[in-house]
Amino acid sequence: MDLEYGPEYDDFRNEVTSFIKDNENVKIVGPVRSESRVAWQQKLIDNGYFARSIPKEYGGYGGDMDIIKLRIIAEEFAKSPIPKPMGGQGIQMLVPTILELGTEEQKQAYVRPTLRGDMIWCQGYSEPNSGSDLASLQTKGELDGSEWVINGQKIWTSTAHLSQMCFILVRTEPDAPKHQGISYLLMPMDTPGIDRRPIKQMTGDSDFNELFLTDVRIPAANIIGKRGEGWKVANATLGHERGSLADPNATMNRFNSLVNLMKGETVDGERIIDKPVFRDRLLKIQGRIVAQQSNSLRILSSQINKGQDTSMARFITKLQGTELRHDLEGLAIDAMGEIGTLYEDSPHLRDKGAWQMSYMYFLGLIIGGGTSQIQKNIISERGLGMPKEPKVQGA
Amino acid sequence: MYFGLSEEQKSLEESITKYLEASAPLETIKAIVDGDAEKAKTIHQGLVDLGISGLMVPELYGGLELDTLFAAVVSGALGAGTAPSPFIGAYVMAPLALSLAGKDDQKDNWLPKIAGGDAVIGIGLSEYVGAREDAGVNFSEGKISGRSLFVIDGKNADAYILANKSGQLFLVDANTKGIEVTNLTTVDKTRDSIELILKDVNAELLPGSEKDLSTTNKMVDTGRLMLSADTVGASQIMLDKSVAYSLERKQFGRAIGSFQAVKHMCAEMTAELEPCHSMVWHAAHCQDNIEEEAREMACHLKAHVAEVGQQVSKTSIEVHGGMGFTDEMGLHYWFKRIGLNRQLLGSPELVREEVAKLQGFDQILIKKDN
Ligand SMILES: Cc1cc2nc3c(=O)[nH]c(=O)nc-3n(C[C@H](O)[C@H](O)[C@H](O)COP(=O)(O)OP(=O)(O)OC[C@H]3O[C@@H](n4cnc5c(N)ncnc54)[C@H](O)[C@@H]3O)c2cc1C
Repeated sequence: MDLEYGPEYDDFRNEVTSFIKDNENVKIVGPVRSESRVAWQQKLIDNGYFARSIPKEYGGYGGDMDIIKLRIIAEEFAKSPIPKPMGGQGIQMLVPTILELGTEEQKQAYVRPTLRGDMIWCQGYSEPNSGSDLASLQTKGELDGSEWVINGQKIWTSTAHLSQMCFILVRTEPDAPKHQGISYLLMPMDTPGIDRRPIKQMTGDSDFNELFLTDVRIPAANIIGKRGEGWKVANATLGHERGSLADPNATMNRFNSLVNLMKGETVDGERIIDKPVFRDRLLKIQGRIVAQQSNSLRILSSQINKGQDTSMARFITKLQGTELRHDLEGLAIDAMGEIGTLYEDSPHLRDKGAWQMSYMYFLGLIIGGGTSQIQKNIISERGLGMPKEPKVQGA
Repeated sequence: MYFGLSEEQKSLEESITKYLEASAPLETIKAIVDGDAEKAKTIHQGLVDLGISGLMVPELYGGLELDTLFAAVVSGALGAGTAPSPFIGAYVMAPLALSLAGKDDQKDNWLPKIAGGDAVIGIGLSEYVGAREDAGVNFSEGKISGRSLFVIDGKNADAYILANKSGQLFLVDANTKGIEVTNLTTVDKTRDSIELILKDVNAELLPGSEKDLSTTNKMVDTGRLMLSADTVGASQIMLDKSVAYSLERKQFGRAIGSFQAVKHMCAEMTAELEPCHSMVWHAAHCQDNIEEEAREMACHLKAHVAEVGQQVSKTSIEVHGGMGFTDEMGLHYWFKRIGLNRQLLGSPELVREEVAKLQGFDQILIKKDN
């Protein structure tokens, strides 16, 4: 074991902290794609604090692939209240997929605007009858001359209302076995034939949508990988999604807010954090976060050191991370008692209702990106080599 | 011995359940949550016609004078139907307070009105259980001042019964000068919650509560019991819906209910929830018949059911996958109702602390200097 990053990194850390200090007062206004947001994102790229190892020709910083430096950036940004780089499915899932499997033209066309936050993406995977069993999807893609013609229905498409583009899975080889007949296409959201309907969630917001696709025509070149090999491509993206849903460093940030909350909340004049039972729950959560941070260090180490197997450490992150986050938000509500049930614009509301919102939002994330049960299937079948449940005859 | 509901209790439960199924389906609940107050009034009146207002009022004052178990059965049915109606404060805690600690003219004035469904009394006890935001009321020389949060059934109430921090109870007519009512929006919009700000408002002491805390404590116990029953009713519906959905929904060519993982989720919910029904009955029975166990049972019930309810409401949404997260499915109305019940009159941690003290367990925790 060696946990030192090494003295050569001290200078780098200083560089990062002084950048953060110089930009302490930066303000971002407006929604995604607003001028100030895009400008900030570009500044982060120009300084190598975002898209660091992505080549300059595709809009990245073009730096070395030094994972320790990435880690230091993440650590220092996490500690500071300055605006974080934009995320989202385009940046977290699509960019790595295109860089890995896309053509030169695709890299040129999509990576730069996506990194800049100027092109927002949504993920068109799920269908009404294909959720956990994603590979059974039925949306059709047929090649007609130089165009794909897409027909079908997608559901739970997060941020489709804000997106310019959608990476979508369609069935292009109807006669092939279900995992082999799928292709991975890139669909501009302003193409005629896309009807979007928002779905209202339990939180009261509508972050996701249904998409009805009727004769949607997109260029034949908008395919990533080969025809019928979309499942492999999708699996590459899903790995990126599952990693991004449960970042333990983000959870630790949230934990620090929880500590502040519990120091401020009182019942009968006594601080909640001084009550042993609450403090015990708090510390149990902290213990779980620390364990997951260690787990992520191990994953990090495997990226630097060849031959270190961390497949099991990766399988568990989505399951553990989303459940943990839901529990953390739940503790905040209990700490506030009745005040914790306040919502919307009620008087006495804390943090604009963020704790209640995330308590529900993380219940959504326990389901989204593969439910906890599916994660357990993956851990037991792929991780532990246990047999699958027998297939029903004829299915 | 007979451990179970009587025929009368079962039939009352059934009539409320049937009524709510017919008059308050999900679309109606949605409309009410979106602000349709008329519909809420109609449902409330329908429930009054079924007798929910008179349950706990002595016969002498025109009520049915039934026991706590009857009220718990009703509360469970109201939770199951996410009923947008006053009950726990107005028809359970208020008549208890008045009949046990009120003086004759207070009883004469209010109890018949409660029984007939002509008066709603909101209950402000939060600060007695645990004050947040430095809230609390003070009484001197016939006037009350201060702030009371999370007054149960207080919206559009005709009067309030408020406790100060030491547990004395005061009756305040809602039309008296100096009262400011603020809406508190909680996650659960099937029920109302308010904050009261009072400046030198005329108030009357309920004399029986001046030196004796038993009425106030009984109100807390019974309130906790009713909240728990509401949670159990709501949880049972969520579980039932999960089982039904798991038989319908197919993935991987089979009903999801045929996956062991989903079966186990349903089995675990059942294993946790089933004893809660019995626990509600037992705790309710103790309220009226086994005084020495009543408080402890109510505390255990409140804390335990809150935990089970949370687990069931989370798991049943998971069983529904993405559908569980939608407004359309409506599971969240029960989820949020269970969430509010968990916090009202003490979250599990606070209530467990109380039951530890009740049993004298706290003594061993205190380090002595000698
Ligand atoms: C907040 C949120 C955001 C989302 N965003 C997107 C998005 O942007 N793009 C997109 O394409 N999709 C998105 N989804 C969809 C998400 O991926 C699916 O909801 C999820 O995969 C589950 O599918 P389902 O909803 O059809 O549930 P189902 O597959 O019907 O599952 C129902 C229940 O059955 C269980 N189950 C099913 N199969 C098995 C099995 N083999 N073994 C054990 N248990 C099983 C599940 O665990 C679950 O409890 C989102 C979902 C949510 C909740």
